[in-house]
Amino acid sequence: MPLSTQSQGEDEQYVLVASLDHARNLSNILKAITFKDHAIFNATPNGLKVTVEDSKCLQANAFIQSKIFQEFTIKEDMVGFQVNLTVLLDCLNIFGGSTTPGVSTALRMCYKGYGYPLTLFLEEGGVVTVCKINTQEPEEPVDFEFCSTNVTNKVILQSESLKEAFSELDMTSEVLQITMSPSQPYFRLSTFGNSGNAHYDYPKDSDMMELFKCTKTQTNRYKMSLLKPSTKALALSCKVSVRTDSRGFLSLQYLVRNDDGQICFVEYYCCPDEDVAED
Amino acid sequence: MDCVVTGGNVKVLAKAIHSLSRIGDELYVEPQEDGLALRSVNSSRSAYACFLFAPLFFSRYTIPSGPAFRCKMAIKSVQAVFRSLATLEKTVEKCHIELDEQKNRLTFTLHCKHGLMKTHNLSFQDSESLQAVFDKDSYANVFRSHPRLLVDTVVHFSPSLEEVTVSVSDDQMWVKNHVEDEADRSKAMLTELCLASDEFDNFSVQVHNSVTFCLKELRGLLVFAESTGLPISMYFDEPGRPVVLSVTDSVLEGNFVLATLSDDTDQRKNNTKRARTTPPPAPDDFMNDDMDSYLIAMDTSIMPGPSASRPPSPPLVNSTCLNHTAAANHRTRLHSEEEDEEEETVDSCGPPNKKFCSLFFGSVLPPSSQMTTQPLTGQEVLASDSEDDVQ
Repeated sequence: MPLSTQSQGEDEQYVLVASLDHARNLSNILKAITFKDHAIFNATPNGLKVTVEDSKCLQANAFIQSKIFQEFTIKEDMVGFQVNLTVLLDCLNIFGGSTTPGVSTALRMCYKGYGYPLTLFLEEGGVVTVCKINTQEPEEPVDFEFCSTNVTNKVILQSESLKEAFSELDMTSEVLQITMSPSQPYFRLSTFGNSGNAHYDYPKDSDMMELFKCTKTQTNRYKMSLLKPSTKALALSCKVSVRTDSRGFLSLQYLVRNDDGQICFVEYYCCPDEDVAED
Repeated sequence: MDCVVTGGNVKVLAKAIHSLSRIGDELYVEPQEDGLALRSVNSSRSAYACFLFAPLFFSRYTIPSGPAFRCKMAIKSVQAVFRSLATLEKTVEKCHIELDEQKNRLTFTLHCKHGLMKTHNLSFQDSESLQAVFDKDSYANVFRSHPRLLVDTVVHFSPSLEEVTVSVSDDQMWVKNHVEDEADRSKAMLTELCLASDEFDNFSVQVHNSVTFCLKELRGLLVFAESTGLPISMYFDEPGRPVVLSVTDSVLEGNFVLATLSDDTDQRKNNTKRARTTPPPAPDDFMNDDMDSYLIAMDTSIMPGPSASRPPSPPLVNSTCLNHTAAANHRTRLHSEEEDEEEETVDSCGPPNKKFCSLFFGSVLPPSSQMTTQPLTGQEVLASDSEDDVQ
């Protein structure tokens, strides 16, 4: 049920038009990065990148490639704006976000340019809702300078095994400590809570471990409160890549397969907790 | 202590811990020669539960020689070890429980699928041993049924309902919701179920009586019994005397002792009726409060010698009780003040409003083996006289 009722004339005024047969494909992935209200949208001919940040210590990016959309027209090299993500998600689910097979909300998202609202046309079962969300001055996202050449340790795991660990993590612990090492314990998640400590060890030859490339023993602590939102991305994903660089910065990349079998990426960067001296 | 649980037994252990968490906030762990005892008691001490896992339950079970060790810890932290109960059976291959007395650490190591290893180092506190004193053999009414029967019965009561009343006749059992206040009765919805004796595996009634007890703890036991499929036995007689619910199989035993509401009129009536079987409670000049007349005594003492081998003596004999306590005190070297205090508090404040009989608990440092889930072997039942103990 694509929205084909819009006149071509009106379309020409927009610098960005993106249509989706299933709005859920967008709302799901946006949920994986919803931990603050403000989201910076950056559209290029390759697709859409949505960034959310917290305290300049955590950054989440969702990448939705242009081919995910049934239509993706962009008239400039780059279109940027900022909107309230919670409001956007509420609009995308305005029909209740039903998961009944055969019933889905179609979306057409349009943006006229700087100073204009983001316009959403949502249609389900012949009913069309038009939402206009005011856009804000886009902020410049923090550059975490996470560069693949500085990566010291990297593992790729099937998400299933991490989901279990993250669902059980002791939330009374202020930090999550990640140890990555070429020797034992290889890959370890540790918490230090009220009732004692807990360690989750993944051997490098586990069949959940798709890649193990650790060059140096590294132990870093990350604020649990900062990492907690990433579990939403983990829940959606099928694979996760965990990387740390020489400064102890953490990069979590999630490969997310949507209902149509297409692939999107969500990425989290997190600063290490500074009171821990390295090694 | 060093023990290993494998396969389906991991889930049984986890379920036992979860059902104990319905009772109290703390888990008392005591490795004994006859198995690992896990116990819990609620804050008003009106409910007590104990599981004893025999050494055969484990694929390895070793306990340190030397003085008995016991500890307690927040039950929540142990529950956290077995958090994903639903997937436990599929994911956990082996659970290793190890005690490091030097570091005061109890370590649970779960060896899971795909080589994942979860290690939980839990801190614990030393504790007195927790021991409820009850004698299942002394009860007049005994029932045994498949847990399904009780599960199907309990499901009719709302989750917010606190207490149920169970009444029996020669061939029927009625279960109904307990409405506390007469005034509320006109407004409250009353639910009553009648179970015929042939629904039970065993239905033996000597006294037609009714008892009222908390539903929450019963539900806790049902969760365990249902998952293991073990039949539940229920023992009760007079209002005010605790009801005992138990599950047993060759490698484990679980006992839940729940206080029952005592009722003035009922009690008088029953006392006369049951005069043959049980002596009436000693006249009470201390507090004429019915809740105290049927306390179960739980002995808080440290007994160096295995008192375990004494045969169970008939319950409720005043003198027995006094002798026993005296004896226990004599044998006690470490009867700590803290424990004394505890006794007093328990006794004097009791569970105040509800007229629930408190189970009077205490610590028995069991000398060695045998002490646990068959506490009876070692202890007289001190029902109805614990008052005197304190005086």
